[in-house]
Amino acid sequence: MNNNIKFIQGNEACVEGALYAGINFFAGYPITPSTEVAELLSSRLPEKGGKFIQMEDEIASMCAIIGASLTGHKVMTATSGPGFSLKQEALGYACMAEIPCVIVNVQRGGPSTGNPTHVSQGDVNQAKWGTHGDHSIIALTASNHQDVFAMTVDAFNLAETYRTPVILLFDEVVGHMREKLVVPEKGDIPLVERLRTSVRKGVDYHPYLPREDGRLPMSDFGAEHRYNVTGLFHDMWGFPSNNPKVVRELLHHIVDKIDNNVHTITRYKEHYLEGAEYIMISYGSSARSAIHLARSRRARGEKVGVLELQSIWPFPETLIREKCAGARAVIVVEMNMGQVMRHVKAAVDKPERVFLANRIDGKLITPTNIKTLLRVIQGRGV
Amino acid sequence: MKRTRLIFSGSGGQGVITAAIILAEAAVIHEGMNATQSQSYGAAARGGATRSDVIISNDIIYYPEVNQANILVCLTQESYNTYASLVRPGGFVITDSKYVQIAKKVDAKQIEVPMYESVMAQIGKPIVFNICMLGALLGITEFLKPTSVMKIVETRIPEDFIQMNQEALDLGMELGAQYTRF
Repeated sequence: MNNNIKFIQGNEACVEGALYAGINFFAGYPITPSTEVAELLSSRLPEKGGKFIQMEDEIASMCAIIGASLTGHKVMTATSGPGFSLKQEALGYACMAEIPCVIVNVQRGGPSTGNPTHVSQGDVNQAKWGTHGDHSIIALTASNHQDVFAMTVDAFNLAETYRTPVILLFDEVVGHMREKLVVPEKGDIPLVERLRTSVRKGVDYHPYLPREDGRLPMSDFGAEHRYNVTGLFHDMWGFPSNNPKVVRELLHHIVDKIDNNVHTITRYKEHYLEGAEYIMISYGSSARSAIHLARSRRARGEKVGVLELQSIWPFPETLIREKCAGARAVIVVEMNMGQVMRHVKAAVDKPERVFLANRIDGKLITPTNIKTLLRVIQGRGV
Repeated sequence: MKRTRLIFSGSGGQGVITAAIILAEAAVIHEGMNATQSQSYGAAARGGATRSDVIISNDIIYYPEVNQANILVCLTQESYNTYASLVRPGGFVITDSKYVQIAKKVDAKQIEVPMYESVMAQIGKPIVFNICMLGALLGITEFLKPTSVMKIVETRIPEDFIQMNQEALDLGMELGAQYTRF
């Protein structure tokens, strides 16, 4: 028996990925359907010498991981819709102060406390625009446990690479369902470690002075250098500034470092996409239904395929335009009222050929739900 | 066997969901197959009809829910009434003969097994009712090796209870074996 093979929930696969990536600090507040992430880390993290803290609420959890990250730790928190709303202010702070951290949002029905135990993908736009002001963000998704693991490792890597919060947008079905996970051997997936400054103790360190490649080496807060961290626009020392040049350049920096690297950050999978006349674009658990349908349609000789998005932010516009260029129709399959569909319409050359197959009643969209729309689009009746 | 879709149903506390997880885990860990297991969360899990869907396949499984089950297991009347329509024509419905009165109109092979009464008569502990049910399922369908299931059970329960679970599994196998010809 191979000990690396596990039969576990998606939330547990996320924990395995975080541990593989080297998490050593987690602060959170339990909320369905993300609770298993915190529950499992509460026993696993102390075993490896890490810290687990159950905070008084989601706001404090977010603040705690920001502080811990500054001191040099790989950090994560996990929540769902209502908790994700509470984290938004501190999330903006992490964008502004450029603090690597990973935020898991196992989506449930919303708005408000909504539909706690049922699936939804209604937080897609919130992940990008939940916090105020111009900024950019990285958000990843996954439809199966092997990818939940891989995307979680990726989230830690991207957080360190770009000094930014990274959001893992999972959903209730993927989080709670059990399936196989094969945990990769150590070294199979490369890890990105903290880029630390080479400036010696006692020498002036500029926390916000980018290197030539645009990256900002960090110094563990409270260790060798004294510096300031603020949510205000700040200069290279980290002190507040409203100098128009400083403001403009910093805003460009925090947006461009992500948006200019959309090709590097974009993650996706193709399923039966070769020569597809009808392309479904989906992500998370709804992608499972789309791929199920594509497999059965292909078996009947219909040219139907799926483009599965594994990164939603920054939005992979170019990828979508190129992949959908020859399609007769594009069907966006998601469990919200068209949050990704609108961005797909804006990306493709023929937005009038983009359709929405959705479900918003807390049930996983079925292959039959999608097929019903597909047949109408194909002109085959209902 | 290409793809087997199962629904386990009963009431909260009968161990229906645990049994579903054990079966699916055994298929993945010890028989090299793919499996998914999902379940209803929320108010329905506490006292009402609970349900867990399992798909076992050699192929990749995408859509994880079961709309037409090859095998439906019902341990209460309420769950039978709720889910009997979800069995595929020609599939199996396995019920506990003490708790479920079957209806004639279901288009499937209905097998009433005296699982609860046998467990109480021979082992005396209702806690292993669910393992006896798994035994009956394996006895009828023979689609997983009982040793695979037992190896998973052993990882989940204290050592002192392993023997009792083994007896319950064997008891279920014996009961189920009578219906293999169906």
